[in-house]
Amino acid sequence: MSEKLYVADRAIVIPGELIAEGIEFLPSGKAFRDGDKIYASTIGMVSVKGRVVKVIPLTGRYMPRKGDIVIGKITAVLAGGWSVDVNSAYAADLPLAEGTSEFIPRGADLSRFFDLNDYVFAEITNVTETKFVKLSASRRPYRRLKGGILIGISPVKIPRVIGKQGSMVKMIKDASGCDVVVGQNGWIWIKGTPETEAKVEAIIKKIEREAHMKGLTDKIKAMLEAKE
Amino acid sequence: MGKHAGAPDKLIVSGKRLDGRKFNELRPLTIKAGVIPNADGSCSLQLGETQVLVGVYGPREVFPRHMTIQDRAALECIYGMAAFSTSDRARPGPSRRSTEISKVIADALAPAIMLEKYPRTKIDVYIEVMNANAGTRTAAITAAAVALADAGIEMRDLVASVAAGKIEDELVLDLFEPEDNYGEADMPLAMMPRKKDITLLQMDGNLSPEEIKKLIEMSMKACEEIYEAQKAALKEKYKVSSESVEEEAEDGAA
Repeated sequence: MSEKLYVADRAIVIPGELIAEGIEFLPSGKAFRDGDKIYASTIGMVSVKGRVVKVIPLTGRYMPRKGDIVIGKITAVLAGGWSVDVNSAYAADLPLAEGTSEFIPRGADLSRFFDLNDYVFAEITNVTETKFVKLSASRRPYRRLKGGILIGISPVKIPRVIGKQGSMVKMIKDASGCDVVVGQNGWIWIKGTPETEAKVEAIIKKIEREAHMKGLTDKIKAMLEAKE
Repeated sequence: MGKHAGAPDKLIVSGKRLDGRKFNELRPLTIKAGVIPNADGSCSLQLGETQVLVGVYGPREVFPRHMTIQDRAALECIYGMAAFSTSDRARPGPSRRSTEISKVIADALAPAIMLEKYPRTKIDVYIEVMNANAGTRTAAITAAAVALADAGIEMRDLVASVAAGKIEDELVLDLFEPEDNYGEADMPLAMMPRKKDITLLQMDGNLSPEEIKKLIEMSMKACEEIYEAQKAALKEKYKVSSESVEEEAEDGAA
């Protein structure tokens, strides 16, 4: 059996493009196997690590995944919990028991904890085969997001906003004095003074626009310091 | 059959077609991805005088709700012609013809899309013909495939499409308006280039089995050429992204 890579590491591929041949390779991310060949299923960047051939998508809407940390908007207060919009085609469910660590007596008014149009910082605990999404916000740091502003960017650019081990957000938070929460679904919550909020928003939009550029961290650092 | 008023005397003059093309030559093709900022994916395509604009939205919540399919996404294509796209004014709104074309376009695209990855959602493909000069459904399919890829929807392959037909007993590729109106036959074809699977094949006019075989062969070859143009359009839009260097963080941060 011949093992062969057809594209270079970090190359851009389009749906249906042949990446590798041979059963030794394992498709990951947005790559799929057909017979003994591996193809890309979206526009993305190829990343080859050993036997694993991964396609990192460069475009697309947010798809909920178990373990993702997201920001959601309460769309309905139900009898046994809350229905939450997490910027995807699927509404997420925040059950009563997962909403808060507090004891909720029978018949209590649930809007006391989360009301319609409130924003919640939560973790996706489960996604079923048919894409029913469950959230949890009962443990720290998950909580209701009070005040502040919410901005949306493309979910594929989120890793860049976070940076290596959260270095980028940490830098933004420290320099601006704002509280910043980044959801993997593309929503970002910022709370500070109106001026610093506007500044952080401009910086995040810049990161989104220039996500592909080299030395972005230094540029953002300069921007944070310049406007003091 | 008598000639129509305004019909050209001949469709082939000294071995060449009226627009100077050879029999197996495509019209000049331009494809551009990502032209509508508000759409999830979009594409504008120009093939000779034919021009189409496609916007893709989704996967998103299904509306009306009864269209929901439990184990895969619903795909809806809406093909429409702009009022100014033809020499006579085209009456806006759906017609018998546009409803049928919408349906065949959806059927031609569906095998390429991994609809099963998006259960209980809907993918909307809106196609607007800006200028019609024959071959609008094939141009629409070619452009829609690029727009779907631009939207980041998972696909097995792109779909490339072209028409071929017969004029004055000659088999020709990619008919333009006078050839479509006064020729003997017109046969649109759509294909997924990776496995050469045909997803659309229609025919209007009279052709012998041998002629159909030859036209399919001719169209499939042209689809490969169109596929290269689709690929180039997508890579052009996303090429800057490859300059990205830093490693990605996998987790969110508080």
